[in-house]
Order: sequence, then C-alpha cells, then structure tokens
Amino acid sequence: MASPPPLISCRNLTKTYRMGDLEVHALRGVSLDINAGEFVAIMGPSGSGKSTLMNLIGALDRPTSGEMWINGRELSAMTRDELADLRNETLGFVFQQFNLLSRQDALSNVKLPLRYARKEIADIDARARECLELVKLGDRMDHRPMQLSGGQQQRVAIARALVNRPKILLADEPTGALDTRTTVEIMDLLTELNRQGITVILVTHEPEVADYATRQIFFRDGQLESDTPHTPLSRQAETDAQSGVPA
Amino acid sequence: MRVGVAWASAVEALMSNVLRSLLTMLGIIIGVASVMVMMSIGEGAKAQIDAQIASVGANMLTLNPGGFRRGGRSQGFGSGKPFSEADVAFVGSQPYVEAATGYLSGSVTAVSESANWPTSVTGADANYFEVNNWTIKEGRVFTDQDVQRGASVAVIGQTTATNLFPNGDPVGQRIRLNSVPVEIIGVLEAKGQGGGPGQDRDDTIIAPLSMVRNRIVGGNRQVARHVQRIQFLVADGYDILEAQDEIAQSMRERRKVSPGEDDNFTIFNFADMIKQRSAQTQTMSMLLAFTAAVSLIVGGVGVMNIMLVSVTERTREIGLRMAIGARGGDILVQFLVEALLLCSLGGVIGMTIGWIGSFGFAQFAGWPMSVSPVIIGTALGAAAAVGLIFGFFPARRAAKLDPIQALRHD
Repeated sequence: MASPPPLISCRNLTKTYRMGDLEVHALRGVSLDINAGEFVAIMGPSGSGKSTLMNLIGALDRPTSGEMWINGRELSAMTRDELADLRNETLGFVFQQFNLLSRQDALSNVKLPLRYARKEIADIDARARECLELVKLGDRMDHRPMQLSGGQQQRVAIARALVNRPKILLADEPTGALDTRTTVEIMDLLTELNRQGITVILVTHEPEVADYATRQIFFRDGQLESDTPHTPLSRQAETDAQSGVPA
Repeated sequence: MRVGVAWASAVEALMSNVLRSLLTMLGIIIGVASVMVMMSIGEGAKAQIDAQIASVGANMLTLNPGGFRRGGRSQGFGSGKPFSEADVAFVGSQPYVEAATGYLSGSVTAVSESANWPTSVTGADANYFEVNNWTIKEGRVFTDQDVQRGASVAVIGQTTATNLFPNGDPVGQRIRLNSVPVEIIGVLEAKGQGGGPGQDRDDTIIAPLSMVRNRIVGGNRQVARHVQRIQFLVADGYDILEAQDEIAQSMRERRKVSPGEDDNFTIFNFADMIKQRSAQTQTMSMLLAFTAAVSLIVGGVGVMNIMLVSVTERTREIGLRMAIGARGGDILVQFLVEALLLCSLGGVIGMTIGWIGSFGFAQFAGWPMSVSPVIIGTALGAAAAVGLIFGFFPARRAAKLDPIQALRHD
C-alpha cells in the first residue's frame, strides 16, 4: 500500500429527494475515489446526478446514505459549522453564474473567503492581490462585476476560489455562460492551476470542455456509467510536439 | 474581522436602497424621539419642581386665615379674621421654628420719574427675606429698626426694577406707591417664574410692614397690627408634619376655636402642593411613554418585515457566502448587525428630532432644557434593543438556510 490514500473517497452514496409524494433518486449507490492532482470532468445528461454528486463533494449537502471522506475526514459525523470550515479551508467553488457580490469590487470579492477563515490570516490584502494577478486581473482590482466581461468575472470567481489555497477546486459548469473564446481562456487557467497541484473537479455537458480533463466520468440515472482516464488536449499537443508529429 | 465584514456588508445593504431604509426607520425614529421628549420633560419637570421647592424651602409652612370650607362653602385663602403681629411673634418663639415672618400685601401703581408700573406691594417684617430665601443684588434690605419706625423705604424685584427704571440704577431713587413716596434701598436677585403659571416672582415691591399697613393697605377693624399671612421655616431636625400639627393646635387656642369646630385658618405646605402638581406632568409622561412603546414596536415590526424581504432578496448571496465558508453564525451576525445598524441610525435621527422637540417643549414650558446622558443612552439603547429583538428572527432564518437551496434561488 505505497500509494497515498485518495483525496476524495465515496462509498455507496445515495441521495433521495422527496417531491411531494414522489421520491426522486438522484444518486443510486455511487462509489468513487479521486486522488490528489487529478483533473476530473463529470458529465452526463441533466438529472443524471452529476450536480448532486458535486454538491456532496462540495460539503454543501449530505447524502441520504453512504460514506464520504474528504482529505481524510468522514463528512457524515461533521456539524454544519465544521462543514462550513471544511468548505472554507479545503474547497474552492466556481459557479456557472459566477456569484460575485455585485456591490463590491473585484478585490473585495476575492477577499471574502479570507474574512470567514477561522485561522488568523496575516495579509489578506496581499493574498487577494496575488490571486487576482494570477488570473491576470491585476489591473482591474477596483472594478465591480458589472464593469467586467463574463470571462473576467469568472476569473475573479476563480481568484476567489483560490485565495484560501484550497486542495480541491470544484467548478460547476464554469463555462456555461461564456462564449467559445472565453471558454478556452478559462479552461487554460484551470489546466494551469491543476498543473500547480490543485485537484480540479468539473461538471460540464460540453465535450470540448471535458477534453481538458485527465479523467472523464459519465453519469446516467444516478449511477456511474463510465470512468475513464483521458489525455487532455493540451498534453496531446505537447506529446505530439515531442514525438515530432506535425500539429 | 468577522464583525468588521458584517458591518461593511450592513452599511452597503442599507446604502443600496436609501429610501427603503429611511421608511423602515420611521417607526424607530418616532419611537426614539418620543422616548427623548418624554424623558426630558420628566427630568425638566423634576428639575423645575426641585428648583421651586429649593427657592421656597422644603421646610416652609404658610398660615392663612380662613378655612377651605365653612358652612359647606369653600372660602378663599385669607378671607377670614387675619393674624396679628403677636401671632407672628408666638410662632417665631416656638423651639421648632427656625424663623417666622408675617406680611400683608396690596395692589399699587408704582410711579417713577420715567414710568408707571402696576404691581403688588408686600408689607413685611425683616425676617421676610430670610424665610422666603430672597437675596439682595444691589443696595440693602430693610432692618427691624426700619420696620419699627415705619420707614418709607422699599426693596424691589428685578422685573419691577427694569420696568420702573429702564435706564437702570434704581437704588437711591424715589418712587411713589399710590402717592406714598418711598426710597428704594435695594434690588433683589432674580427668582424667575413660579408660585403658579405665569406668575413672575420678580414683579414685586417689599416694604416695611407698619408703613404699608398704615399708609397703603389700611388697618383691620377686628385685629390691631394685623398681618394677612404668616410664613415660617421648620428648624432642621424637626418633622414638618408634626410642626404643622402643633402650630395648628396652638392657633386654635389663640384664635378661640371651640373643640369640634373647624379651623378658621389653614396651614399650607408648599412643597406638598408642588409635588402634587407634578402628577400632571407624570400623566403627560405616561402618555408619551405609551406612544414611544407603540411606535417602537410598530417600528420593530417594520424592521423585521424589511429584514425578511432583504433575506429573501439576498438568498443567493447567503448561499454563496455559505459555500465559501461562512458559518450559520456568521450569517446570523451579518443580518443582526444590519438590523442593529438600521435601528441605531433611526435612533440617531430620532434623537436629533427628539432633541429639537425637547428644546421646543422646554422653551414653551419655560423649563431648563435637560437632555442628560441617561436620556441619550436610554433612547439609543431602546433603538438598539428593537434592532436586536426584531432582527433576530429574520437573521436566524437566513442562518438556517440550506446552502444548496440558497444557491439555486433566484
């Protein structure tokens, strides 16, 4: 057993919603391990359970049954506050609708997670600036979301997700509201972050977006349909270049 | 840091809809203003009553001839057989009496070289000044010798002085009181309003008893050397009510009241009367307290309502904050602070209005303006308490939101 334990581990996860008299089985027994450093794309038609799984991994929701470990901790035993702290310290979220606070400038938006941190953080300002530089928005820190393009807003959201130095970045349809050119921009950024060691988990229904991942998981009817390693586009290009095949 | 972020967020939320915030504050504003006015009226009234009692002396009793009732009919003060100077001397000789004075008064027109002034003249003995707590501002008061020889001198109050001598410097001048010439030997220190609504205690002339009786008011057919009233101070260490009873008993004997018959005089306790009068002010205070309570509650419900709206409007924001690590407690604090800020701002505005109101009322009632730190503290405290109490329910609702549901909300 030389390999380290997986960063995320799910065993027999089920999630059942009640809608009136109707029981909706969003997840029907999902077991899954994700190791540190992976770039996972979760795909599937709507209602297949991919977003439900994402919410469970994001510690935003609790499974109806089954067990889940994140970073070595079992989630079902944790209180609401402990889950909040886990989200704050270990996870970073990127949403389709960006979810920036519209009345605050980019810098304040990025600082927000740090303000909820339990640990004393020495230089909130410097950290937030650093993250905005990283997403190449160093010159737009005082802009409000309304003054930024969609792609820029999503980059602010990514900076916000990074500012607490999370182990895992969860992106739910991060390019769903963006055009093709901006999509490439954002996906390149996520790829770059993944290379720096952050585990990225991405929910998408666009194959082009899933192409950036190192592993692709398909969901259907609340169950895993397939789980396959994938050579991302960018690495293909590199491999092609190394082996001398013309692009 | 956490409370800091809550403050920043609260300020932002309030500024994002200024009109709505102001309208929400209205109830609080009215409530706090009422609290302010109410308390300052209460304190002003109390201060005024204390001042009145202090100016008369809490230990002063006044003897008036005549009773309140005789033959089933109310009698006015001073309508019966007057007292005599001997009565004054008797009262003054009692061990529990610190000082006693007897006086009589009449209306006169005072004429100086430059003005006419209708006022009243009080003929009194030299103790009058001490018993009534008058102090001299210029010149001197008259002495026992002046009283004995019926000297044509007078001491005048501030109001009389300014009316008779617009150019000042009355001491040493001569005036005529109903054609009787007197010399002004002193001017009294001002006492201000008192003794009754609209009564100016400084509109007075005080002259030796014998001179006033002989030359201005005239003698009494029943009683030689009469006085209309006797005022006396009960000495320290003696109970005022006991003194009142003893004097009453002695006076019944001196005035030949048979047992079983009603007193033909009354003893009047000034401090007691002032305290009774303050009950009116208390009624007004109660009314305002009621207004304050009602508007604070109505204001609180308004705040709760608008906070619930705010929580609903910002459900997504709450979800986002939770997703990035805000605990339920953080959200609770955020909305509580917002309600608190809303109410405190309303409190400050209400306080400003209340201050103006108190000032206006003090002007109207002729009271000293009194807005103490206690009043300010109570008014702001009430506003903050309303914020916390009525903000709690919406804040808790926000804190208990499910992050997933909140994030999906639109």
